[in-house]
Amino acid sequence: MPEIDDVASSLADELKKKKTDYLGARFEENRTSHITYRGRGLESIGRSTASGGNVRALIKGGWGFTSFNDLDKLSDRVSLALEQAQSAGSGKSRLALIEPAVDNIPSGVAQDPVSIPLAAKKRLLDEYNEIIWSIPQIKTSNIGYSDSRKKVIFLNSDGSLISQSRADVSLRLTAIAAKDGEVQQVGLSLGSRGEFKAIQGLHEQIREMSRNAVGLLAAPQAKGGEYTVVLDPILAGVFVHEAFGHLSESDFVYENDRMREIMVLGKQFGAPLLNIVDSAAEPGLRGSFKYDDEGTRSVKTYLIREGKLVGRLHSRETAAKMNEKPTGNARAINYRFPPIVRMTNTYIEPGKMSFEEMIADIKEGIYAKNWYGGTTSMEMFTFSAGEAYMIRHGKIAEAIRPVMLTGNVFNTLKNIDAIGNDLDMNQGGGCGKGGQMPLPVSNGSPHIRIRHCLIGGK
Amino acid sequence: MEDILARAQKVAKEAEVFEVSSEETQVRFEANRLKQLQSNQSTTVSLRIIKDGRVGYATTTGTGDSQRLVNDAAETAAFGSEAKFKLPDGAKYPKVEIFDAAALAVPIKEMVSLGEAMIAAITAHTAGIMCDAGVTCGVITVRLINSRGGKATYKKSFFGLDIEGNLIKDTDMLFVGDSESSCHPLSDPNKVTDLVLKQLDLAKNRAKSPTKTLPVIFTPNGVAGALIFPLLSAFNGKTVLEGASPLGDKIGKLVFDKNFSLRDDPTVAYRPASRPCDDEGVASQRTPLVSKGVVKGFLYDLQTAALAGKKSTGNGSRNRGSLPSPAPSALVITPGKTSFDEMVGDIKEGLVIEQLMGAEQGNILGGDFSGNVLLGFKIENGKIVGRVKDTMVSGNVYKILKDIAAIGSEARWVGGFLQTPPFYCKGLSVSSKG
Repeated sequence: MPEIDDVASSLADELKKKKTDYLGARFEENRTSHITYRGRGLESIGRSTASGGNVRALIKGGWGFTSFNDLDKLSDRVSLALEQAQSAGSGKSRLALIEPAVDNIPSGVAQDPVSIPLAAKKRLLDEYNEIIWSIPQIKTSNIGYSDSRKKVIFLNSDGSLISQSRADVSLRLTAIAAKDGEVQQVGLSLGSRGEFKAIQGLHEQIREMSRNAVGLLAAPQAKGGEYTVVLDPILAGVFVHEAFGHLSESDFVYENDRMREIMVLGKQFGAPLLNIVDSAAEPGLRGSFKYDDEGTRSVKTYLIREGKLVGRLHSRETAAKMNEKPTGNARAINYRFPPIVRMTNTYIEPGKMSFEEMIADIKEGIYAKNWYGGTTSMEMFTFSAGEAYMIRHGKIAEAIRPVMLTGNVFNTLKNIDAIGNDLDMNQGGGCGKGGQMPLPVSNGSPHIRIRHCLIGGK
Repeated sequence: MEDILARAQKVAKEAEVFEVSSEETQVRFEANRLKQLQSNQSTTVSLRIIKDGRVGYATTTGTGDSQRLVNDAAETAAFGSEAKFKLPDGAKYPKVEIFDAAALAVPIKEMVSLGEAMIAAITAHTAGIMCDAGVTCGVITVRLINSRGGKATYKKSFFGLDIEGNLIKDTDMLFVGDSESSCHPLSDPNKVTDLVLKQLDLAKNRAKSPTKTLPVIFTPNGVAGALIFPLLSAFNGKTVLEGASPLGDKIGKLVFDKNFSLRDDPTVAYRPASRPCDDEGVASQRTPLVSKGVVKGFLYDLQTAALAGKKSTGNGSRNRGSLPSPAPSALVITPGKTSFDEMVGDIKEGLVIEQLMGAEQGNILGGDFSGNVLLGFKIENGKIVGRVKDTMVSGNVYKILKDIAAIGSEARWVGGFLQTPPFYCKGLSVSSKG
């Protein structure tokens, strides 16, 4: 098996010599292990290895992209990408200038999670599964654990040669309760930048999760309609990712004049208390990195500051075409895909209000907690809570069935009228876009309050 | 592959090697213009062994070495689930037509022209619309061998067209789109674009939806997006085995409307979801799931079937070389007698749902779904009067499919995996900001 370092360095000179507007290559190797449970029993346990690469070329504004996991005949792959770009291009290439970088970034974890014996991982998951099953009326459970260690080498015709390693751990548990034909479930989703410790010691949390699933069997469903809604940090994080984050990805904006009008910098999107950030430069989160998949250095980008739109996420191409600075947000889930504009760690900055103050003057509202899912069509979004409670006369009242919240992004951002002081980042889950899923990201927020939020229900 | 099998048989009693290779070429358009030509080549090899009665498993993509694959599989076998099944020996496979060399012989220039024609049709109809489109072709080669002499190999071609348009007015956004796929080359871009043009025509005017219970027509895309997800898990043999499927104890019972019939069918000629055998080398068969409202069967792979005391239905599916689990190949819903126009004509006040966003987020096991109407229309006095927005619908699939007003006569393939007519459902809960 050829070492990807050797393969990459052998290609570096060739990339610089070719006549093209831009030529880049990526090589990666990846080792993963996974364990899944369905019900009491272990369903699947396995290890996998993957390696491969791609070449990407730009000529006259047209891209060629070829991916492969056969690393022989690389010159032919380069020629193919060039031919493709030649056929696709008929205009002018524009890429934001970046400083070429030569760098080597280690994974930064003390212990590679993949190399931990499967026996140790299984022992921990067995304990968790036992806890779920110890709760009466739990019908079944699902557990999915996976870890990975990945090394990616990026090089391009500008002279960049960057090797970045990272490790990733993720765990999702679901407890499913059933009685008299009713089925309810509650899940827990966690992740880390390769630290196995992050998923240890969850016993009490898992016990509570399982009890909540049983509790939902007797819970009533909310009546559909408009409510004042308070979101916990996990769900508010999903909200900021889904409802606003995707809108700030400029690949949807840069060639669409009408979209550019909507997303014009300086426009008021929310109340002055609202500040939204995307930053891969924060250390140690699942969406963190030093260089994106085009070799651009990551920065902290304010998207909304004091309620006004002040920035957006860019690749080199979108930045150049909008005459803005690149932000280092071009990411590819693996070598099979070209990089596209993606979020990294996205969050609402904390304000001053406590949770008690936030719910104090709500006569009838909904407190929505925990994440189940979320999706967006730019203008409209939907996201689902994993747990929900009624708020009555300023107090948390009875549990209700999990709710789905939906709305128009522009109105909803304006309807955020309180932001808590308790920022928390959620490391579970992953983001999907353009068939590339799940990309490691993190979302976060303090508790937030939204007026006039539409809830689906009876 | 033979080398891996030989090495594996040195450490384990039974072994199976499964290899999928794919070559794909794609022409992508963005913002009405040709943006990228793309090609992808990949090979994944998976090894499953049965060692001391337990399943071990490892996979590699790329140039991983054979011995490492065997070692990884052997390590996992120590903890793997107990193998209750036997790998199939030399099974006979039905002849399923899934390869047409013509799909791979379409010149790039022609693929570009197809994309340009799709975009031209849409932009000529609606000023200011921005389209992303794709033309894709490729070939997948599957090979499987096992220690009991089982052997399968087949080649499948595929060709696909997809287009999505978005139209923005102030902050109002309209999304339209459709796709088509086949093992044959597709040469008529109008089949896809006519569907999109119809969506655009219906969306021209805006209409208000009330907050109340309304009759709803799901178009084929609407059926795929809203109604099918809950059924997929309920008919999965694993869900049944766990006792979590609401249909688990309903075999032979009338659970659905007597006009509702659903089957899994991997044998339809030249459909990209068809194949002669599943990913464990079990012969493809048609499996009735619901026949005239009566629950007839569930989908099984080898292991799940063995645990449940059933036979595999040839639905062992491996996503990217993972361990097999039951999954449908292609679902076919039997059409009814009512035309779409007759359905609309029958409704005094109601909705047509083409795309529902977030439907898969509900309590799927219980059959509940709830979603935002991403593309949907209002019916007033038997006519579609315009597009609805800021509207959520929710319901329960089992309640809805128990008593259906009518099943459509015009079935089509959507999402590559489902052939369905429109469904006219009696009453769904609708909440709307108008």
